[in-house]
Formats: sequence, structure tokens, C-alpha cells
Amino acid sequence: MWNELLSTLQDANTQWVLFGSILLGIASGVLGSFALLRKQSLIGDAMAHAALPGICLAFLLYGTKSIGWFLVGAALSGLLATYFIQVIINHSRIKEDTAIGLVLSVFFGFGIVLLTKIAQSKNGNQSGLDDFIFGQAASLVGSDVKVISGVAIVLLIITFLLFKELKLFTFDRQFAKGIGLPTGFINALLMTLIVSAVVIGLQAVGVILMAAMLITPAIAARYWTNRLDRMVIVAGTIGALSGILGTILSSMASNLPTGPVIVVAATLIFVISLVFAPNRGLVSKGLRLYRIRKRVARETVLQTMYDLAEEASLSNQSMLFSREQLITRRRMANRMLNKNLRLLNREGLLNQSGGEWGLTETGAKEAYEVTFNNRLFEIYTMYEMRFAYLQLAANDAWEYDEIPSDTLKELMELMATHEHTPQLDPAHFAKGEKYYFANMESKGINKRKREVKSS
Amino acid sequence: MSYGAWIMLTGSLVGVTCGIVGCFLILRKMAMLADAISHTVLLGIVLAYLVSHSLEGIYMLIGAGIIGLLTAFLVQVLDSSGVQSDAAIGVVFTSLFAFGVILLSAFAGKVHLDVNHALMGEITFIPWNTLTIGGMDLGPSAVWMLGSVLLINLILIFLFYKEIKISSFDPALASAIGIPVMFIHYLLMSMVSITTVASFDSVGAILVVAMLIVPGATAYLLTDKLLVMLVISAAIGVIAAIGGYYAALVWNISISGSMASIAGLIFAMTFILSPKHGLMSKIIAKRSIVAEQS
Repeated sequence: MWNELLSTLQDANTQWVLFGSILLGIASGVLGSFALLRKQSLIGDAMAHAALPGICLAFLLYGTKSIGWFLVGAALSGLLATYFIQVIINHSRIKEDTAIGLVLSVFFGFGIVLLTKIAQSKNGNQSGLDDFIFGQAASLVGSDVKVISGVAIVLLIITFLLFKELKLFTFDRQFAKGIGLPTGFINALLMTLIVSAVVIGLQAVGVILMAAMLITPAIAARYWTNRLDRMVIVAGTIGALSGILGTILSSMASNLPTGPVIVVAATLIFVISLVFAPNRGLVSKGLRLYRIRKRVARETVLQTMYDLAEEASLSNQSMLFSREQLITRRRMANRMLNKNLRLLNREGLLNQSGGEWGLTETGAKEAYEVTFNNRLFEIYTMYEMRFAYLQLAANDAWEYDEIPSDTLKELMELMATHEHTPQLDPAHFAKGEKYYFANMESKGINKRKREVKSS
Repeated sequence: MSYGAWIMLTGSLVGVTCGIVGCFLILRKMAMLADAISHTVLLGIVLAYLVSHSLEGIYMLIGAGIIGLLTAFLVQVLDSSGVQSDAAIGVVFTSLFAFGVILLSAFAGKVHLDVNHALMGEITFIPWNTLTIGGMDLGPSAVWMLGSVLLINLILIFLFYKEIKISSFDPALASAIGIPVMFIHYLLMSMVSITTVASFDSVGAILVVAMLIVPGATAYLLTDKLLVMLVISAAIGVIAAIGGYYAALVWNISISGSMASIAGLIFAMTFILSPKHGLMSKIIAKRSIVAEQS
């Protein structure tokens, strides 16, 4: 198999095709990242479809097949399509997706009309224009590849030189305008760059699949990093990698068209990224979710024990509770409760006597911490707007010891007004005494409330 | 009926069927999903052929229906796992389409399915491919297929009109009052898939998109009422089909391509001239405001 591979690679034509598809993969990956971040991935699809009438017109005007004129024609009609899409969005109530689909299909339909016109003319059969619909990477010759790689390198150099401007424009158009960047020009430039990337890819992967070259490497790269510069590099690499994979696979088996194989290779890389990427991948997301669920279940049992103990000591009842009592207090799946009770027992936080459970010394301390933290969070959510300056990244990241001390004081005062302060002091429990009330006054309030309720 | 009449009837049926379904796609901002489905239907047709070894319409309908729903489902899955929705559509349809093309070329000798035919359709062959039951010639089978799909669509829309309407205009309200929004979504997606397959033979995979989106978008610029929009959209579909047929006769070009081009022309004219949402009326309105102010 390796010999076969080596001999395939020694073939000059395969080398050209390989070289072309690598450069194409890099260029479309890099530019696709910008399109993706601007949420314009599908505009690439429209540009590719819209290139067809341009190619046909170039052929009708010039008379023979010439890759240079084809590129010009394709680029012009691609840009025209983009312009139409933006006009339709800006000047009517038609939404972006409808505008894209409309322009795409009408341009493509017109392209097919021109294609049938060409087929009837005398030199129609030598045009090979059909190749542009599905792509014929295998039929690329040296001169085609020189044009493709020349354009790809120019695109990469422009992107490199204007990286800062493009980045600013992509993420914050208003700000870019504010500091005096010519946003109209940058928009036109970016569109031209994307159109050029689409156009050089048409011969290799074809009108329909070109969109994948822009979208798939970029969306796969998005999973590996949060920085644009790294994303651009990763997307370029993925594009190149799928170019290599596609070319080699299709050159080794007969009847395998290169373009679709490149796209399938890119999709495979995307699926791998989607599942296994660190942080954003499904596996690591699932693991994180599992860990959070586990922690929440454990904390729920502890807090429920604390709540029950708090109430029981108000009325001087037993500090041991049955599983039924726990479930009535906070609904929980039976299996989950049993598992956590066993776990906490092993950790020495709970002890069991006669089917009833109670907090141990260390258990009381931990349960107090958990309850305090969660009740503080409840208070925070009640006054979320007042504490908006805390800028919590996510609600599950709440830890009270990371809150600034003045804010913590304010929150604790609010907690007292709402009679939410945990009443059982674990410090007393640690000394081997029974539970004591941390605050006699609020106990009084609580008692009164209960009397009102029962009457 | 004459040859030309059958072609016009087929085209008009495509126009009406696509025009009606297309309105909902536009209102639900899912036009690109239709584009995606029209591409992936190719995979469905190839798979249906490989499984059933026949090019009978019913197998194609089932295969394409399943793949169409799969497309909608995969896009939904990617969307909910954090991929931005335009990229989700792009990834799903290109990969399924690429897979379809690979299968097609791998089994090229066995499948009597020309890719160009699949993409561009061949409405000129429609009148010869007739349906005969018990020795009776009942006319082109494509007409029967399109007619039954149109009937199914109309029945479904009639039955679920209120639900589809509410969930198109206000999905939040719809789910709040207990309408199964996801069910309606997949119902529409299956309507799009079967419409696409039925129209596939006559106009091809990509021009189906034109027939789905353009009449609806044009009607959307002409009216604010859903029922009126459906009627206008269907009418524009018919006009585009018949106009396209005559234009194709005159210049001797692809019928499906000229249908899409005529539809595009109708849209362009409406875009400029529409009394309510057109470019001209907006400019005139702006002028009159400026005149009042000065």
C-alpha cells in the first residue's frame, strides 16, 4: 500500500493537484474564518453558485476556455451577487437567508440558461464548463495550478498585512468606524478576498461544494481556540489537511471524484473536533456537565440535611432524619439519594443509625458552608441588578469567598432581612455541644412566623 | 393534450406546489434549510436506488423524505450543540451532498441517474414518461406525482393552518399555548422534502430552490396577509413556469433555467415597483417627507 502511495505521489500530475488543493485549502480556511465570524458563511455558497453565469459569459465573450478570463468573470458575477444580496436586505423587508437563497438560485438558473446556449454553439463541447459544477481536481494541469497558487498566495499576503484591520472590522464594525477605518472599503475588500478564494476553488471542487471549503475548516477550527490568529492558522491547516487527504484518497481509488472526497475529509475533521476538542467539544462538555451534576446532587443532600436540622432544632426534635423526610423536603431520584448518602457516609460527613441519617461534626461544617453559599446566591439572584457589577461569568461559578468583602457584607445584611441566614452554628457543634442558634433574635422572628402560618 | 401543454401543466404544478410551501419557509426564516434539503435529496435518491434497484417515484419519495428529515434533524442537532446556524446548514448539506456524489460516481455503471439531470432536471422528457394502469394511458407520471404531492400539502396545510401560522409568526407564543412547535417544524420539513423530490425530475435539485424561494419572496413584498400571500405566490409560480417555457422555446434554452430566470425577473420588478414595500415607493415616500419638512 505504501509503495502504491509513493508511486502515486511521484506522478507529476498528482503533485500539481496536491499542491493546488493544499494552497486552496489554506486560503479558503483562512478567509472562511472571517466569513464564519461575521455569520456570513452561506454568502460563500451564494458566491460560488453565482460564479456560474460569470464563467459562461466570459466563455461567450472570449470564445475559448481560458482560466484567467474565467476567474475574472466568476469574480465579477460573484461580487454582483453579493451586492444584490446586500441591496435586497437593506432596502426591503426580506431577511438575509431568503435574499441569499433567492440570488443564489436565480443566478444559478441564469447560468444554466447560458450553459445550454453554449452547448448549442459550435465550440461548445470543448469548453468543459460542466467541470465547474462538480469540479475536476484530477484534470488540473500545471498552468491552472500556477494561477490557483498565485492567487492563493496573494490572498494570504493581503490577509496577513491587513490582519489587524480585518480583525477589528470582523468583531466590532462600529468601533472600527469610530476610530476612522474605512469600513466600506474593508467590507468590499473582504468580499473580494472571499470571492477570489471561491473562484480559484471552483475548478477543483466545483460550484456546489465550494461552500464547504469555506465553512467546514473554519467551524472545525472554532472548536480548538478562542483567538482569531490561532483560529486562522488552525483553519488553514485543516483546509490543507483535507486537501491532502482528499487528493491522495481519490488518486488511489478509481471512480472517486476529488472534490467531494476533500469535502468528506473536511467534514470528518469537523466531526472529530465537535466531539473531542478540549473545552468546547461534546465529550469535555459532557464531562463538565457530569461533574456539575455530581456536585449539585451532593450539595443538595447536604443542604437538605442542614435545612431539616435547622427546623428540628427549633422545635427541639430529633436530629436524625429518614430518607422519606429528605425526599419530601427536596425532590430527588431515589437512586441518586441512596448513592449520595452512601458516599457522604464513607466520607464521614453523615452517620446512620437505624435507617435514619444525621450530620457528623465535619458534616455539619460542610453542610453549613454549602447552605450559606447557596442561600447567599439566592439573595444575589433576588437583587441581581444591584450586584450586576460583580459580572459573574456563569451562575454555576458562584463561590462566596471570591466576592469582595463589602459586597459580601451587603449580601449578608440582605440575607438577614429576608430571614435567610443559616441559623445553626457549626462551631458549637464542633466543640461537641449540641446545636445552638447563632442569632437568638432571628430565632424569635422565625418562631413568630411559624405561629402565624399555623394559625 | 399536446406535448407543450403537458410541459406547461407540469411546470405550473411545480410552481404552485413550491410556491405554497415556500411562503412558510420565508416567514420562518428557513429559506437556506430548503436549499440544504434540495441538495441532500440527491443522496436520498441515490440511496433509494441502491436499496430498491428501481427508479419508481414512490421509492424516491421515501428515500428523499427520510434524507430531507435527516438534514433538518442534523442541522437542529448541530445548532443546539453550539454551532452557529448558518454554518450548521453549510456543513450538513455539503457533506451529505458530497457523500451522494461519491456514491453516485462509485456506482456510476449501475445507477441510471445522470448527475446533470439530477441537478438541472429534464422537463422535456416528462411527457414521454407516462403512467399506464391496466393498459390505459393516464398521462405523464410526473404530473400524477406532483398532483398528489400538491394534494397532500394542501390537506396538511388545511388541517394545521392555524398551528403553522402561529408558530411561523410567533414561535414563543405557539409553544406557550401548547402547540407542538417541533412537530410543526418537522411536518414542514417533510413537506419541503417531498415537494423537492416531486419537482426534482422536472426542474432539478438546484432550481427547486428558485421555485421555492422566489415566488414566496415576491409575494411577501406584495401583501401582509398570509392567505393572500399563498395565493399570489402560487400564481407567480405558474406565471414563471409558463413564461419560462415560452422563453425557452423562443431562445432554445434550458426550460428549468429560464423558469428560474423569469422568476428572478418578476422578483426584480416587484422589488422596484411594489406599491407597499418596493424601492420606488420608498423613495417617493422619503421625498414627500423631505418636502413636508422643508
